[in-house]
Amino acid sequence: MPAVGTLHKRNKRVGVIALAMAGAMLGLGFASVPLYRMFCQVTGFDGTTQRADEAKAASVSVTGHTISIRFDANVERGMDWQFKPLQVTDTISIGARDMALFWAKNTSDHAITGMATFNVEPEYVGKYFNKIQCFCFTEQTLKPGQEVRMPVLYYVDPAILDDPDAKDVEQITLSYTFHPSADSGAKALDRTGSGV
Amino acid sequence: MATTAEHFQAHGDDHGHADHDHKPAFFARWFMSTNHKDIGTMYLIFAIFAGIVGGAFSGMMRLELAHPGIQYLDTFARWFGATNPDFNATLHTWNVLITAHGLIMVFFMVMPAIIGGFGNWFVPIMIGAPDMAFPRMNNISFWLTVAGFLSLMTSAFVPGGLGNGAGTGWTVYAPLSTYGSTGPAVDFGIFALHLAGAGSIMGAINFITTIFNMRAPGMTMHKMPLFVWSVLVTAFLLLLSLPVLAAAITMLLTDRNFGTTFFDPAGGGDPILYQHLFWFFGHPEVYIMILPGFGIISQIISTFSKKPVFGYLGMAYAMVAIGVVGFIVWAHHMYTTGLSVNTKMYFTAATMVIAVPTGIKIFSWIATMWGGSVEFKSPMVWAMGFIFLFTVGGVTGVVLANGGVDDVLHDTYYVVAHFHYVLSLGAVTALFAGFYYWFPKMSGRWHSELLAHIHFWVFFVGVNMIFFPMHFLGLQGMPRRYPDYAEAYAQWNSVATDGYMIMAASLVIWFINIAYAFTAGKKAEGNYWGEGATTLEWTLSSPPPFHQFETLPVIEATAHH
Repeated sequence: MPAVGTLHKRNKRVGVIALAMAGAMLGLGFASVPLYRMFCQVTGFDGTTQRADEAKAASVSVTGHTISIRFDANVERGMDWQFKPLQVTDTISIGARDMALFWAKNTSDHAITGMATFNVEPEYVGKYFNKIQCFCFTEQTLKPGQEVRMPVLYYVDPAILDDPDAKDVEQITLSYTFHPSADSGAKALDRTGSGV
Repeated sequence: MATTAEHFQAHGDDHGHADHDHKPAFFARWFMSTNHKDIGTMYLIFAIFAGIVGGAFSGMMRLELAHPGIQYLDTFARWFGATNPDFNATLHTWNVLITAHGLIMVFFMVMPAIIGGFGNWFVPIMIGAPDMAFPRMNNISFWLTVAGFLSLMTSAFVPGGLGNGAGTGWTVYAPLSTYGSTGPAVDFGIFALHLAGAGSIMGAINFITTIFNMRAPGMTMHKMPLFVWSVLVTAFLLLLSLPVLAAAITMLLTDRNFGTTFFDPAGGGDPILYQHLFWFFGHPEVYIMILPGFGIISQIISTFSKKPVFGYLGMAYAMVAIGVVGFIVWAHHMYTTGLSVNTKMYFTAATMVIAVPTGIKIFSWIATMWGGSVEFKSPMVWAMGFIFLFTVGGVTGVVLANGGVDDVLHDTYYVVAHFHYVLSLGAVTALFAGFYYWFPKMSGRWHSELLAHIHFWVFFVGVNMIFFPMHFLGLQGMPRRYPDYAEAYAQWNSVATDGYMIMAASLVIWFINIAYAFTAGKKAEGNYWGEGATTLEWTLSSPPPFHQFETLPVIEATAHH
């Protein structure tokens, strides 16, 4: 063991390095939130769908293969909206764009703002499911009793036909769930279940 | 060199050179302690106390589970301050029991005992250092742990959703822990984890610095006793995993109180992310609890076989390998969250890889005993019990590592049996082995070897009666985390509760043994285990002087570990 003065200096050095490692892991813990989101968006993990702009959508060639899309709509428990797809399924050509319509109604006596979460099943086709326009990109506010029709413009990327795991998929389910936005309906909602 | 050492001592705490064993007065000695042995003792006493509380919670659970139906929960709910609990509040009490039991045993019993207690006591001595690198920080670590425990205890008596107390499980999964649990109980629980976590991180920094910088002349890394190696690896696991838990539970806290939605899909968050973060900490955590136990067992097996441990370097690097691989297997706790087949395949394979270094350790212990002059003193009997029990838990771990099998067994009593075999039976058995190995060294008094043997056999029968039937219950589909069960599970549950009583009786024997040692135990000499005990603590008196190694020991180039 070295002399006292040196030892103190060395202890301080190792201690600070160790503390910095802990600090880095703490930072990584918080950084995991954006990293996880990026990971899901890039890989289509857990059925995360992709966003495509008009230019990208226009460059996609339509194939002769068809695929069926099934639509699913839900609202979070206790949110006073009705929400359903206006078509049960659509059969489309892979690569061709299609518009699906959803219908929502605010059944309460006050305005409610909602935001939809979404995914597709089977989850591994998330990276081939491209949305050009979607009501789920922004918050939707409905006045008491108001009804709206909401469009989704989407296509299925022909690259799906080159994926050995995904090429035999005959139907993709596109699912939405509306949640009340934190600043509007959430406070009015009893989400604890204690009132049951 | 000797001058340097004395100078260091005098600098470290302001005692005169002449009176080396001068101890401060009671309050200063125990409440403002900077002495690694005193802090170690306080950790051990604290862990025993917390273990009694956590053990009492498990006793309450076994009592409720002794028969089908709900018998005692209403009474327990009243103990936690409910005046007239409704059925939901009664059932909530069950969740509070499992949560408190898990958190106490992990953070306030096993970790303080095995790292804070034995680590503090013996790491500096074994490497020939006078004390820890940061003695004052050592003190803060301890008292933060105590404060964390008080915070957790407080949480049991304040509202936590359907009733009093935090009923989230030790994993504190969102959304149950966010909008599923209104009231301050979960906040107190999270705060407890913050405090205990901060204490453990400081402890880890202390151990790393001590082991890297304060080894005696000649004590190279590859000469360090395996217990020191085990604490070094553990300290790195703490340093890298606990901050991630801190980040995750801080986000829980802001989700609960400040309107963020890190783990709430309504705002674009994802509750599964919390599970990933938790288990990124949680899986290394299970190695944090068991690795120092591996170290203790290595010392004991070597001592009582009167041989150096077989394959020393393999043993040391097996622990390093377990620590490294332990960071990349976390999602095997999450097989039922919708992971893809490929992800499951990876985590299954990576998890099974851990069986390789673990197998190296088990076989090296056996190889150490092979051909050795084995003496069945009480620590050795506990250590051999450890090898058996830990292997049983390891085998069921390999079963559960399979993503496909786990789909069936997830959240059944099979899992409960598995992790209690490696922890309640593995880590705790290692703790008792270490206790009987070092108790005369720490106290200067002999326990009764006869009582220590009886303690072992009663404990061994008891814990196996509690947990072995849980394999059957789990394979038959009994889910964990419920206070009630179908009649078909009654028989084995009843056996398990009987086993709990036997285990509890063994603890009474243990307390009697401690009382015996302090009242009538004969004085222990410096190296009371004799020939096989070769590490540095055996060169000191029992108990060691208040300040040891004023003259640093020099480790010969030929000396073995």
